[in-house]
Amino acid sequence: METFIHLTVAGLTNGMILALAALGFVLIYKATDVINFAQGEFLMVGAYLIYAFIVQFGMPWTVSVVLTLALAVVIGVVVERFVLRPLIGEPIISIIMVTIGLSSLMRAIVSMIWGNQPKAMPPFIPSQPVRLGPAVVTADRLWAIAVAVLMLVLFALFFRYYKEGIAMRAVADDQQAAMSMGISVRRIFAWAWSISAMVAAVAGALVANIVGVGPELAGFGLRVFPVVILGGLDSIPGALLGGIIIGLIESYVGGYVGHGLHQVIAFVVLVLILMVKPYGLFGQERIERV
Amino acid sequence: MDSGVFFTTYEADMALRRKPLEKLRLGLFIAFVLVFPFVAGTYPTFLMNQIGIATIGALGLNLLVGYTGQISLGQGAFLAVGAYTAGILTAKLGVPWYLTLVIAPLFTALVGAVFGIPSLRLKGLYLAIATLAAQEIIIWVVTHWDSVTGGVHALVVPPPTLFGMPLNRDFRFYWIIWACVGFTALTMANLLRTHYGRAFVAIRDHDIAAEIMGIDLFKYKLLAFGLSSFYVGLAGALLAHWRSIVTWERFTIEVSVLYLAMIIIGGLGSIAGSLYGAAFMTLLPAVLNNLGMAFKDTLPWLEEAIPYIQQASFGLIIILFLILEPRGLNKLWQDIKNYFKLWPFSY
Repeated sequence: METFIHLTVAGLTNGMILALAALGFVLIYKATDVINFAQGEFLMVGAYLIYAFIVQFGMPWTVSVVLTLALAVVIGVVVERFVLRPLIGEPIISIIMVTIGLSSLMRAIVSMIWGNQPKAMPPFIPSQPVRLGPAVVTADRLWAIAVAVLMLVLFALFFRYYKEGIAMRAVADDQQAAMSMGISVRRIFAWAWSISAMVAAVAGALVANIVGVGPELAGFGLRVFPVVILGGLDSIPGALLGGIIIGLIESYVGGYVGHGLHQVIAFVVLVLILMVKPYGLFGQERIERV
Repeated sequence: MDSGVFFTTYEADMALRRKPLEKLRLGLFIAFVLVFPFVAGTYPTFLMNQIGIATIGALGLNLLVGYTGQISLGQGAFLAVGAYTAGILTAKLGVPWYLTLVIAPLFTALVGAVFGIPSLRLKGLYLAIATLAAQEIIIWVVTHWDSVTGGVHALVVPPPTLFGMPLNRDFRFYWIIWACVGFTALTMANLLRTHYGRAFVAIRDHDIAAEIMGIDLFKYKLLAFGLSSFYVGLAGALLAHWRSIVTWERFTIEVSVLYLAMIIIGGLGSIAGSLYGAAFMTLLPAVLNNLGMAFKDTLPWLEEAIPYIQQASFGLIIILFLILEPRGLNKLWQDIKNYFKLWPFSY
């Protein structure tokens, strides 16, 4: 029972962080039809930024978080303007490759600035042990879950009630119709990228707090794919549920089966989903038979 | 278009190289390949071998991505299947190395066709993600199936010999590699002129239209996956025998990305482009490395930064090519040729 609770909490935390990473991914895909292979790098940059502000500049964590989010927005806008916008209307392979090139560039720049050794992060979120029934878990994991849930709720509200959120949904649905309603598609694209970079930075900060910062954080970028395929590429609730399911599966398989199977189980799930239900749990089905 | 070209026979019209200049350029290239190892030192020959193997792999990938339009992120894994099959057959079962150059590609073709099955229901983006999963799963199997592949440890392959002469030197293996490059390029150029090649292109341009015109999508997509994997497996098998050592680190997702970069920078859907891209992406890190080493006395920080500079320029070049010249080096070369066609009287 104790193992079970441990594994569940660990799985939920990882799942929530995956869900946040997936959320940024889904936002971009929904609004701009771009598959962002650099999502993991955005997360890594967020983690390094918060590390730099807290450890290297010695700022209080509140200021650091605000500055990190601001910088993430800037990075998102710059990337959209100079890398993605010239490629609007290009075939999908070009889009995939340009984000892959971007990920390589971002990893190189981060390594140039901070080196490629993992660094310990002084926890800025309280991490004292908390009793949960028979098991003891650290508080930072619970905080991570709470922050992730908060972010996801905020975004659900943002898309439901806020003007820019509604405009974003309109662009995602039909760019030309949105344009004729007076929505600036360019601005929405910039919004999508900056929000996505911001979400990734939050996820990065949460991960940094739990495991420290290092170049391997970029690996989240590939781990996002099973999540978004399971949940549906263009669904925000799907990102949440997919993240939780994949996180729990990885955690249980790692804890009960072992043999390193947890590294690959998510991709096995991915293949199965693609075979059975390619549009995932909540994805919009675009009927096209070949 | 060229003017003043009049063919009087079907043979001349259907030849792979039709015009005198084309023939001359091909002749010059073949002469270059034949003379190169005698003139150049060990290191350039080593690089040339790398380029040769990369060309075979890039040609295979281009058949799938550039001609059939099926995006694959599983190139690294298929290389691994070829390399490990060849390595295991030779090292553990004692199969002669030249036989594995046939068996390993055939086996890779089979594996590739199996992983091509999802392509029937998935396209574009979803297929890319499915092949990404294939990549991760195959590499996981390779690193965890200790009894067969040696797991995370390197698999040592005995050096190939021919008539009692060891071939594991760059100079000697050069001929094997470049003979295979010639075989690959020639078979592919001819394949693309048959109805199979035209069916592939039709599927790339519009799959539904292709099906209406009577192309069996299932058959031709699987065929494209299989043929592409055959060439990739050949590249993997050559790699195993040339380096005499097979480790999983050479077949990660980064390798898949590298090969995709090769065909995009070289030119999608172009045989010559595959060669240009393979040469470019192989030479780029080598040139950067040598430049860095040359300047390390004046700029001492440079030596440490070389891997990062290589990585950054890799990303930057992909981005710049996609934005500025999405059709790659091949298109640049065409433009240059066209410019000089009427020079100095172009308008």
